[in-house]
Amino acid sequence: MLLRKLVQRMLSLVLCLSLLLPAAFSQTKIITGKITDAKDGSPVAGASVTPKGKTSGTSTDAAGDFKITVDNDVTVLVVTSVGYTRQEITITGSTANVVLAASSNNLNEVVVVGYGTQRKKDLTGAVTSVSSKDFVKGALQTPEQLIAGKVAGVQITSNSGAPGAGSRIRIRGGASLNASNDPLIVIDGVPVDNANVAGAVNPLNLINPNDIENFTILKDPSAAAIYGSRASNGVILITTKKGKKGKVKYNFSLQGFLQQPANKVDILSADQLSAVVKAKGTSTDVAKLGSVNTDWQDEIYKNALGQDVNLSASGAVLDGKLPFRISGGFLNQDGILRTDNFKRLTGAINLSPRFLKEKLKVDLNFKIAKTSNHFADGGAIGNAVSFDPTKPVRSTSNRYGGYWEWLDPDGLPTQLSNRNPVALLNFRDNNSDVTRMIGNIQFDYQLPFIKGLRANLNLGFDKQNGEGTAKMSDSAAAEYRRKGSNNFYKQGRENKLLDAYLNYAKDIKSINSRIDLMAGYGYQDFKYLDYFYADYRYNGVDVVPGSTPNFASSDAGYTLISYYGRLNYTLANKYVLTVNGRTDGSSRFAKNNRWGFFPSAALAWRVSEEDFLKNSKVVSDLKFRVGYGITGQQDIGPLYGYLTSYSLSNNQALYQFGNEYVNLLRPAAYDPDLRWETTKNLNVGIDFGFIDNRISGTIEAFNRKTEDLLSVVPIPALSNFSNQLFTNVGNIESKGIEFSLNTVPVQRRDLEWNLGFNITYVSPEITNLLVNQDPNFTGIAVGGISGGTGNTIQRHIVGQRPSSFYVYQQIYDANNKPIEGLYEDLNRDGIINEKDLRIFKNPEANVFVGINTSVTYKKFTGGFVMRGSFGNYNYNNFQSNTGVLRALINPLGFIANGSTNYLETGFSNNQYFSDYYVQNASFLRMDNISLGYDMGEVFKNARLRLSANVQNAFIITKYKGLDPELNGGIDNTIYPRPRTFVIGANLDF
Amino acid sequence: MKRIALFLTLAIASTVVLTSCHKDLDKLPPNTLAPDQVYKDEAGYKQVLAKVYGSMALTGNTGPAGSGDVAGIDEGTSDFLRLFWKAQELSTDEAIVAWNDPGIQDFHNMNWSSNNPMLIGLYGRSMYIITLCNEFLRESTADRVASRGITGTAATNIAAMRAEARFVRAFQYWVLMDLYANPGFATDADPIGKFNPKQTNRTELFAFIESELKAIDADLPAAKANAYGRADKAAAWALLSRLYLNANVYIKQDKYTDAITYAKKVIDASGYALLSDYRWLLLADNNVNNNEFIFTLNYDGVKTKNFGGTTFMVNASVGGDMDRNVSGLGGWGGIRATKNLPQQFPDVNGNTDKRAQFFTAHNLEINNISEFKDGYGVTKYRNRTRAGGFGSDPDKTFADVDFPVFRLAEMYLNYAEAVKRGGSGGTEAQAIIYINNLRQRAYGNATGNIGSYDLPFILNERARELYWEGLRRTDLVRFGQFTEATYLWPWKGGVKDGRAVEDFRKIYPIPAPEVAANPNLVQNPGY
Repeated sequence: MLLRKLVQRMLSLVLCLSLLLPAAFSQTKIITGKITDAKDGSPVAGASVTPKGKTSGTSTDAAGDFKITVDNDVTVLVVTSVGYTRQEITITGSTANVVLAASSNNLNEVVVVGYGTQRKKDLTGAVTSVSSKDFVKGALQTPEQLIAGKVAGVQITSNSGAPGAGSRIRIRGGASLNASNDPLIVIDGVPVDNANVAGAVNPLNLINPNDIENFTILKDPSAAAIYGSRASNGVILITTKKGKKGKVKYNFSLQGFLQQPANKVDILSADQLSAVVKAKGTSTDVAKLGSVNTDWQDEIYKNALGQDVNLSASGAVLDGKLPFRISGGFLNQDGILRTDNFKRLTGAINLSPRFLKEKLKVDLNFKIAKTSNHFADGGAIGNAVSFDPTKPVRSTSNRYGGYWEWLDPDGLPTQLSNRNPVALLNFRDNNSDVTRMIGNIQFDYQLPFIKGLRANLNLGFDKQNGEGTAKMSDSAAAEYRRKGSNNFYKQGRENKLLDAYLNYAKDIKSINSRIDLMAGYGYQDFKYLDYFYADYRYNGVDVVPGSTPNFASSDAGYTLISYYGRLNYTLANKYVLTVNGRTDGSSRFAKNNRWGFFPSAALAWRVSEEDFLKNSKVVSDLKFRVGYGITGQQDIGPLYGYLTSYSLSNNQALYQFGNEYVNLLRPAAYDPDLRWETTKNLNVGIDFGFIDNRISGTIEAFNRKTEDLLSVVPIPALSNFSNQLFTNVGNIESKGIEFSLNTVPVQRRDLEWNLGFNITYVSPEITNLLVNQDPNFTGIAVGGISGGTGNTIQRHIVGQRPSSFYVYQQIYDANNKPIEGLYEDLNRDGIINEKDLRIFKNPEANVFVGINTSVTYKKFTGGFVMRGSFGNYNYNNFQSNTGVLRALINPLGFIANGSTNYLETGFSNNQYFSDYYVQNASFLRMDNISLGYDMGEVFKNARLRLSANVQNAFIITKYKGLDPELNGGIDNTIYPRPRTFVIGANLDF
Repeated sequence: MKRIALFLTLAIASTVVLTSCHKDLDKLPPNTLAPDQVYKDEAGYKQVLAKVYGSMALTGNTGPAGSGDVAGIDEGTSDFLRLFWKAQELSTDEAIVAWNDPGIQDFHNMNWSSNNPMLIGLYGRSMYIITLCNEFLRESTADRVASRGITGTAATNIAAMRAEARFVRAFQYWVLMDLYANPGFATDADPIGKFNPKQTNRTELFAFIESELKAIDADLPAAKANAYGRADKAAAWALLSRLYLNANVYIKQDKYTDAITYAKKVIDASGYALLSDYRWLLLADNNVNNNEFIFTLNYDGVKTKNFGGTTFMVNASVGGDMDRNVSGLGGWGGIRATKNLPQQFPDVNGNTDKRAQFFTAHNLEINNISEFKDGYGVTKYRNRTRAGGFGSDPDKTFADVDFPVFRLAEMYLNYAEAVKRGGSGGTEAQAIIYINNLRQRAYGNATGNIGSYDLPFILNERARELYWEGLRRTDLVRFGQFTEATYLWPWKGGVKDGRAVEDFRKIYPIPAPEVAANPNLVQNPGY
């Protein structure tokens, strides 16, 4: 009964509806709405709004507003905009506000590549682009930190927690052994110098991260080979923010942050140390103990504040003819190590006028930065963990500034003892000023005769100058014997660039093709200016005898001249071929080895453009890529390594002939055949995007072989002026896989969740190291450690990863306690000596990951970035050097503190080469947690956003040392990375 | 057509402009000299010769450290004397070290391998010095000198410098022959750059050193006629005497007569005499009014600075409860003696035999090698002057003490031993006079004089007279007491009471990196 009634009612309803239909067709309704950006709520101008199923619609105005008249039956609007994910909205009234999320993989996006741009869909190589909206947020003083953890295959490890400290950047682990493993960094077309000048801790900290718009990382040869001899370690292209047409807009941002020591080194307490000395020491030793309890780490570290203020204006003036952007920034940051301070003043200007009916584009960029540093005495860090905690900071005497110090019987500071860390901080005065200017002007001219032909000229420079004075009071025990120091230092670096190229791009409809040709010439000249001064005592008048330099300055440098070209050929929008070629000439090599040719080729197949996938709802993008190329490495260290030359000894290295002292003339070891390192690189990749690119990602695999590896290797004695020579020998092979995935698991009106993940596996192996093979060769010793004189803990050995640890196999007792001095006799010859050392683990990770996520809910945004590193080991040099009785009761006659590890091992003497100290340093670090709130329009035309961050929030690791993340894997207690709390406000008006 | 012409013109013009930039790729290092600029006059040759000598005293071209000559080893430990001394003394009863430097304890344990960093460093250092000598010799042939327009006195002086470079080379080859036996070998007839030198052996090296030293006799300045620090005829004779005394070890032939001949040549040369006070021998001003030294390595606390050499000797031998002022420098707390050395003397405090210079407040017995206070301190090297002043370095870090490579006392003892071993050309009576010269200086009177002597006495007397001067291992090997059970000392072979070790350890291994780099080399037996 009931069922029948129901069916009847439904039928009548359908009938009624169908009667109404014709009427509905003839009626229209007006929908208005606003389209905003999910990230920050800013209006999206020019977004197209189309009724679903229709071909024409409207677009939003500058305020993001739209008004559209649609038929009454239209229930769904489709909103699209370049750079955003397409969104459909069901009409529920006369207004329809849409929040657009930035698309995670935009194919029409244009990507900066070397010498030009390319459409993302035409890319054939391993190229990753990160733009400002995806940067890591927070108080970041140095640009590379903006992309830490964001890109597969790229490892960014900050060197320390010192303010402004730099980072080690490795793309796919680096291709070299002894030559540089740093990628080439190009800022607005100007390859910049990676090296420090005196007084700067990091050359990149002279670039204000707020001025950066985009990072593009060229990881494989087909992308990077256009940089030829400098491309083996990958290329990072940095594009700074530019002025855009439109009303002048201002942005003001303010950040305040608090840094606190995140962790302290585990050392013995005063009571523990006293107990050890009383139990194991002689009565003389016990008599040396003090009676107080000083935490030296607390004495040298503090909570440190910092502020970062930035103001920018961008838009166009002169009737819109002159787009510009101008910005200024000021950063002031204390270090957590007392007395450390870093100040940076930056300015940047960009002008992008267009002439001749837009045919001539001019881009002028100029950036200037001045940093002022007060460097704390870094020695305080090591002394704070080794100075006797039973001693007070202050002594009862006024000598040595009133600080307690270890003294010899003659009242002078004990020569090889440690020093009062507080005294080191307070007596050291090291101030430096560094300026850096980077500028370029680029002309891009659409030639009148041939359509599609452009000529581009880029003139650029990069100039740095650093100078400062390092003083240590003559009251300081550390330099009491030499009466203190007062030394001025100065260094400069300059590079000048000229790049000119022609570019021809044409769609040839007849054969359904597009070609893009580029050919150019480059000239870049680098200058290193060093200045030498005598070694002054603290009074600034007296000079250490013999320290007056032979030369007041040195003007060294090198020049690179290049010819390059690229062909991009696209067939039917599906098949893409890229061919690159570059010839480089470098002044670092002899005439016959000077020029190198670096070709590459790559193919891409856009499967998703094939008919069978073109209309797929699931697959929005699918591309297969394969590339092969040869790149080079000329950043080899020596500038003149192929030349023999004689240099004069300084005035403290004279030799006495009777009554005269003669300066020595020394011939330098040289290799006339020095040549490029060449890297052959095969890369295959798949780019994919599903469901409107809500799931997108890339899988890459690569095989990289570096040949003619430049390395310092032993050479036959008597054959050259050294026992080791920097020469081309050896090969290294590196295989790896990268996977990155970006997803938008939730995308609703008020809620969007983005999740990104990347993982990289790299496995490098040295495949050859010597000119003549010798199975008994135990490799090249590297990795100097503290303790003893000249001990090294790592080796480069054929068949192993570079810099692997080279140690004895520790033997343990029944309680799993290491037995002092007992190791496996691996070669069973009855003697424990160097022949029983073996390779054990490596400081570099096998696998590293990055995880980042963000959630936008209404006006709130929250997110985090995590980084992980797995399979990396550290040599805990702090434990091996100080966690033994010999270090606590020092034979040189003083008591010192050391690692609590002593309580576990009970070692009386140092066992530097025990694998016990090679410890798993895998970690997962919460780099950054961010929270944002969009206040919206707080007053007319002014939007305010608030943010808060915690940087270095926590770390998950088994590692017992201060911090598992170390460059090089030898843990000697670095400047601790602080935990930083940031609050910020950002005002657009 | 016009357009094409214009393009062509532009293309050609730009090619010309661009390629003209290629000359910018020719660059020269700043603040250095090309070989032609170096060897343009006598002064240039002299500065290169200074490097030849200086490379035996210094670690590099920047004092005290900063641009080391030898790679793969800490620069401060890479100088010739420090490495040579360790190889010759730490492996014996005379010295023991508290430190943990890489490979340093191997000398006591007598378990060194071909990867021992100290042995690699010493081999590298000696070879480096020889390489410098070879280069000097290549550049200083009469033809080369003449082709550079150098004539007259300058050319004559350069010819004498050649003889000195050959002496230094012979001395360094003696070091390699004595310690490594079968090193690589090259002379100025070989190229520089890339090549694999052949391996040599003691027989060939002995002949080479002998013939070189005899060949340069004519060109070297007369005894004591050269500037202080530079080799003269007597330096070559002294080396020949040492070479012949050990000939039985090197080539299984007795050359004691020759040993006597050349010791006597030095002794009889005018100008040599024992320094009046034994305790002045290794002081800061041992370069003044001293006619005992035949050939020295010169150091200066201000002008010739490095962390090896006598700076090492003075600093490293002070530590524990020793008064730093006695040595005049700081204390690194490293080296001291095993009990066998002080026990050579009738009275460890030096009241009888003044050559006994020990710090006896430390323990005689060594229970812990790492404990500096286990073992008597040795105060033979002091950076103080005879008048009681301090050395020239105001910071009291670097030593002025010069190191005697050869001094007259050794020639006396060589003479006496060679006579006893059956050499002709000398007499025991004369030998006893020489020995008593030494002992009278030591005792301050004739109470220590001897009337007869035997070979064991000679070995012990050499210890008393020449201890810590880099001769002990050679002496023990010659007397068959280095590896054998016949003579033990604390921690010999790594055990407290000492033990015998394998016979092959009388020579050191060829460094593994050298064997790896040069396929012509075969490792010494046993290693």
